[in-house]
Amino acid sequence: MTATSELLGTAGKPAKDTGTLVTPRPAVRRPRPRGWTLTVRALGPLALLLLWWAASATGLLTPDVLASPADVVRAVGELWGNGQLPDALATSLTRSATGLLIGLTTGLTLGVVTGFTRLGDELLDSSLQTLRTIPFLSLVPLFMVWFGINEIAKILLIAVATTFPMYVSTSSGVRNTDPKLVEAMRSFGMSRLAIVRQVVLPGALPSLLAGLRLSMTLSVIALIAAEEINATAGIGYLMAQAQSYARTDILAVCILVYGLFGLCADAVVRLLERVLMPWRRAGR
Amino acid sequence: MSTAVEVSRLRKAFGDRAVLDGLDLTIGRGEFVALLGASGSGKTTLLRILGALDGADAGEVLVPRVRTVVFQEPRLVPSKRVLANVTVALPRGQAERGRRALAEVGLEHHATAWPATLSGGEAQRVALARALVREPELLLLDEPFAALDALTRLRMQDLVGELCRAHRPAVLLVTHDVDEAVRLADRVCVLREGRLVTDETVAVARPRDPGDAAFAALRRRLLADLGVRTAAHTTENGASA
Repeated sequence: MTATSELLGTAGKPAKDTGTLVTPRPAVRRPRPRGWTLTVRALGPLALLLLWWAASATGLLTPDVLASPADVVRAVGELWGNGQLPDALATSLTRSATGLLIGLTTGLTLGVVTGFTRLGDELLDSSLQTLRTIPFLSLVPLFMVWFGINEIAKILLIAVATTFPMYVSTSSGVRNTDPKLVEAMRSFGMSRLAIVRQVVLPGALPSLLAGLRLSMTLSVIALIAAEEINATAGIGYLMAQAQSYARTDILAVCILVYGLFGLCADAVVRLLERVLMPWRRAGR
Repeated sequence: MSTAVEVSRLRKAFGDRAVLDGLDLTIGRGEFVALLGASGSGKTTLLRILGALDGADAGEVLVPRVRTVVFQEPRLVPSKRVLANVTVALPRGQAERGRRALAEVGLEHHATAWPATLSGGEAQRVALARALVREPELLLLDEPFAALDALTRLRMQDLVGELCRAHRPAVLLVTHDVDEAVRLADRVCVLREGRLVTDETVAVARPRDPGDAAFAALRRRLLADLGVRTAAHTTENGASA
């Protein structure tokens, strides 16, 4: 008995010994010097470039396979100097931008209609889902028959290719709108059009931007497809010419240009995410 | 007193279960009515029918043209700043009115804040300002304090009482909190088995103190109507907390 009470007594005594206690240390995000992020981001591409340069310099990579970085830079200078590259860039960018704009508008409109109205969903969704599964490349011969070798065929091909990712993202984003919010807005007398513009679309913005990202990538792919087959101007035409003269330096330039398109597209979407959705950063 | 709401023989069924069955209710202009009921008793259904959010199966319902709702959750548009949320669906150029409504709920300094930065009580005050800025003839409150902490709830109740006395809309407050109903309302009703089993004017003098004998007696009667036995005081507090 006495042993138990003694044991209880020692256990009940307040512990003065703080040897086992620690100060809580929350994970702190250390501030980084300016430009640090950019430097780290550039490391990967720089390493690739270095590898390419080393392979060319040691003779591992012969010019008939792929030109060295120095040759590519020279080719850029040559093409820029004689105006071929700026012309090709302007032509290609106009094509893909026009096609993308048409595709995005169509996809957005169709997505909102099917996502927000039951009639639109019943009327359009199944046919659009069917059309979506058709590979857009299979339309190239048909478009050539219809429109011949002109700008309309190319722009339409890009428009068709970019419509569907935008459509799918938009309709799913619109469908995910909080029905309680829509009901509340309706109870305050907001019209359907105003609800779409002021509540549904801002709410669906993350999906819309995901769709934009996919559509932008596809617009470049469709651009290559359109230009490789029948073009008299543009980056694809430049590539076709370089191919017939086995100019791997120009081919490399063109591929790098396509890569830069993708990088710029990504930067644009990142910027849009920051600019268009200020309320998302506010809550944290 | 002219009438703001006239409901007669209202019926609403979900499947075979009639949640409202032959319900009659009249609310006068400027009258504050609290509707009590256990959960699932159909009190929110009645409010949604009055707010034209749901349809009735049978019966007659007459409501004023301008009605607004404060929901259980704030339901603010996350992509609109606070002031824009208050003036939502109003014609352009109503910012001054919106600002005045915000000032009434004590949030004039939050006009340019995003809803995501507000606390629960602040967001609900914005929802209240949004409902009042339209100068409703009928204000429908659907358990607007249920999601708030006890202290904020008391402050919100005072604020709602004050603003309703100032603007005099007809009010239907749906709640399961007996104390809240007795504190605020001119009249309390209890909804059970599809109709109003109690419809009683609150005779307790204002400002109403829960310690008052008349307050306690009314509360006990209402709890009995709600099917809560009030032999012990602990049960009472548990049910009304």
